[in-house]
Amino acid sequence: MSLNTTWFLLIAVLWVGYFILEGFDFGVGMLLKTVAKTQAERRTLLTTLGPIWDGNEVWLLVAGGATFAAFPEWYATLFSGFYLPLFLILISLIIRGVSFEYRSKHGDSKWRNRWDNAIVISSFVPSLLWGVAFANIARGVPLERSSQGFIEYTGGFFNLLNPFALIGGLTTLTLFATHGAFFIALKTDGVVRERANKLAGKLGLATALLAVIFLGWLSLSYSDKTSVVVLSAVIVVAWLSALEASRRGREGWAFLFSATTSAMVVITLFTALYPYVMPSSISPEFSLDIFNASSTPYTLKVMTYVAVVLTPLVLIYQGWTYWVFRKRISPSQIHNPEVGVLDKINI
Amino acid sequence: MSSLDLARWQFGITTVYHFIFVPITIGSGFLVAGLQTAWYRTGKEKYLRATKFFGKLFLINFAMGVVTGIVQEFQFGMNWSSYSRFVGDIFGAPLAIEGLLAFFLESTFLGIWIFGWDRLSKKMHLAAIWLAASGTLLSAYFILAANAFMQHPVGYTINEERGRAELTDIMAVLTQNTAVASFAHTIPSAFLTAGGFFAGVAGWMMVKNRDVEVARPVLKMGLVTVIVSFLIVGVTGDWTARIMTEQQPMKMAAAEALYETKSSAPFSLFTLGTLDGSRPIFQIGLPGLLSFMSTGDTNATVEGINDLQAQYEKTYGPGNYKPVIPIAYWGFRLMIGFGAIATLFAMMALYRMRRGGTPVDKKWFLPAMLTMPFLPILANSFGWIFTESARQPWVVFGLFKTADGVSPTVSAGSVLFTMIVFTLLYGVLAVIEFKLMIRAIQVGPEKVSTEKADSDRTLTMAY
Repeated sequence: MSLNTTWFLLIAVLWVGYFILEGFDFGVGMLLKTVAKTQAERRTLLTTLGPIWDGNEVWLLVAGGATFAAFPEWYATLFSGFYLPLFLILISLIIRGVSFEYRSKHGDSKWRNRWDNAIVISSFVPSLLWGVAFANIARGVPLERSSQGFIEYTGGFFNLLNPFALIGGLTTLTLFATHGAFFIALKTDGVVRERANKLAGKLGLATALLAVIFLGWLSLSYSDKTSVVVLSAVIVVAWLSALEASRRGREGWAFLFSATTSAMVVITLFTALYPYVMPSSISPEFSLDIFNASSTPYTLKVMTYVAVVLTPLVLIYQGWTYWVFRKRISPSQIHNPEVGVLDKINI
Repeated sequence: MSSLDLARWQFGITTVYHFIFVPITIGSGFLVAGLQTAWYRTGKEKYLRATKFFGKLFLINFAMGVVTGIVQEFQFGMNWSSYSRFVGDIFGAPLAIEGLLAFFLESTFLGIWIFGWDRLSKKMHLAAIWLAASGTLLSAYFILAANAFMQHPVGYTINEERGRAELTDIMAVLTQNTAVASFAHTIPSAFLTAGGFFAGVAGWMMVKNRDVEVARPVLKMGLVTVIVSFLIVGVTGDWTARIMTEQQPMKMAAAEALYETKSSAPFSLFTLGTLDGSRPIFQIGLPGLLSFMSTGDTNATVEGINDLQAQYEKTYGPGNYKPVIPIAYWGFRLMIGFGAIATLFAMMALYRMRRGGTPVDKKWFLPAMLTMPFLPILANSFGWIFTESARQPWVVFGLFKTADGVSPTVSAGSVLFTMIVFTLLYGVLAVIEFKLMIRAIQVGPEKVSTEKADSDRTLTMAY
């Protein structure tokens, strides 16, 4: 296997990690006000995310950094091309992180309500836009060779909002929301757990419908690979298994299957792409692939050593965090939920 | 304004803003770890209270560092795609290593630390904060190594066909003296910043007579941190200056507004130059000091701006190779000045604290403590503004100009729009962060007592 293929796989692995991990924490964020009504309930949800959301987000930063290192042309063309959607994602991630950290500092209901709204919206926007972005990449976008000899994105912002991409966006949106509901059901107790379980069933069906449309469209129009059809079938089976497990009250299995589904979505998209990283909708000669977008073999080799040594280590200690915080949290465990961390009465 | 100018402003605004929070995070992580270690070793309650209190302030600041850091990882691709194509083969590697090695470490173990007070043994919990703090240090190293490549490219070759620089020796990039010196200069300045922050807060508590048993040891720790850090910053700053003189003589000349090449060059205390930056109108200087700073010899020759301009024109072709002299000149002086004032305050206060004494009855003490947290931040900002702006017109010195690095497909309107939104958002967040910080300081350290209350208190740090 060439180093270029190895790095294509490693980037896929990073996105798999990101979709699984931040996927559910986007979901929890989106459902914050739907699943949790009281202050105790909301703080329960946020406490399930507390120790892990930042570590989950690092998967994105590393995916970005690794793309820069291994496929600089991809990094440059993609991020300058998908400028506004990426900007909206960044703004959302900024607001989201701050909201988590600051919303419970004061007990004031106006203060909290504002941050809660911010969490819902800033979880919603990236969930939609990542799907839009990946669907566009798989579909192919207008790429042309510039006068300087580089392959640049020449479509505008609205070019990215085509029906296929929007279906892709809605698919990741509902997928993450359901994945988040499964997480809540697994990690909490009491009324939030019940609500999450109920909601997961409904959201899950919507996801299934959207996913079938999206994957069918992908297989018919934008990929001629049998493997994409097979993987799409696997996604549908994994997703139905998640819904069935959830219906039977097997929350652990439900979450595991929805994590598998999130992973398979990334794998399917990357399989459809390979060996391209950004196909051009104008002409194949303007497409970026794992060779013309890549760094030198030396850089890829260096980065391979780094990844081989460090990735297992990261998986071990990040896995350990999940083990440390494995206990369910219930709203009754939250003391003085109405009182802010920085309110004097708390002391 | 062109998209180039706007992209430069955007990079400047987002990066300077991000770097307000970074040094506080790096230094505070270690100081909080130190306080917790003191509690672990002695079992004294005041150290536990100090750990939790300053831990809370540390986290309010950390949140801002994290979220503003996300932008940094992506804006090279967004606004500087040509730069990214040119250096990606080299520059991307330290960035990716930083993420994999450092970001995961700090975010994961900080999460464990915040929420793990009652879930882990004391020892493991203490290890968590040390690991998180070490993560910030590793992160600093790799990003500074990436920056060092821009100051002084090494370990590369130019591939004309693909129009880019390519990595030939990763160890050269990671271990060149520019990177090591910059790390050795930046880290103690981060400690100086955190020391000033802790001392300022603790000094205020002393004056207000609040939780003095908690505040006093922290004040002392903060003051000592400032003084020791300043000494190290001075020594490594001197080292950095010599490396700079050798590798980027124009930067040193600009820092000194030294227009003509001189032996026994003076260190200028004050300079007014002509508007076009070609000659000084009025200058006061200390003879020989610049020569000494640059080379270690008071008689040595230091190259001047005008001679270097002529020399660069010969090497790189016609063009303007002068950075904006007043920014370099004043940036350099304000960096040193603000750091020195903070250190002076620290020495005065520490002197008053000897043999159980206290500085609180001194009139200068409260104003000094209230400015302490801000002086090092200003010093850091001016230092980086100096070192980045005085490398101009280059983005990678001698290889690639800033003007060539901007994304050709991104319109000026897009850059302007994103810049306005980033600036407004950052402004709002600054106000919120500042208010929360003040509020947290006013509330002060919590009481800690019985075992049972422990599980309650874990949630005071929780969400």
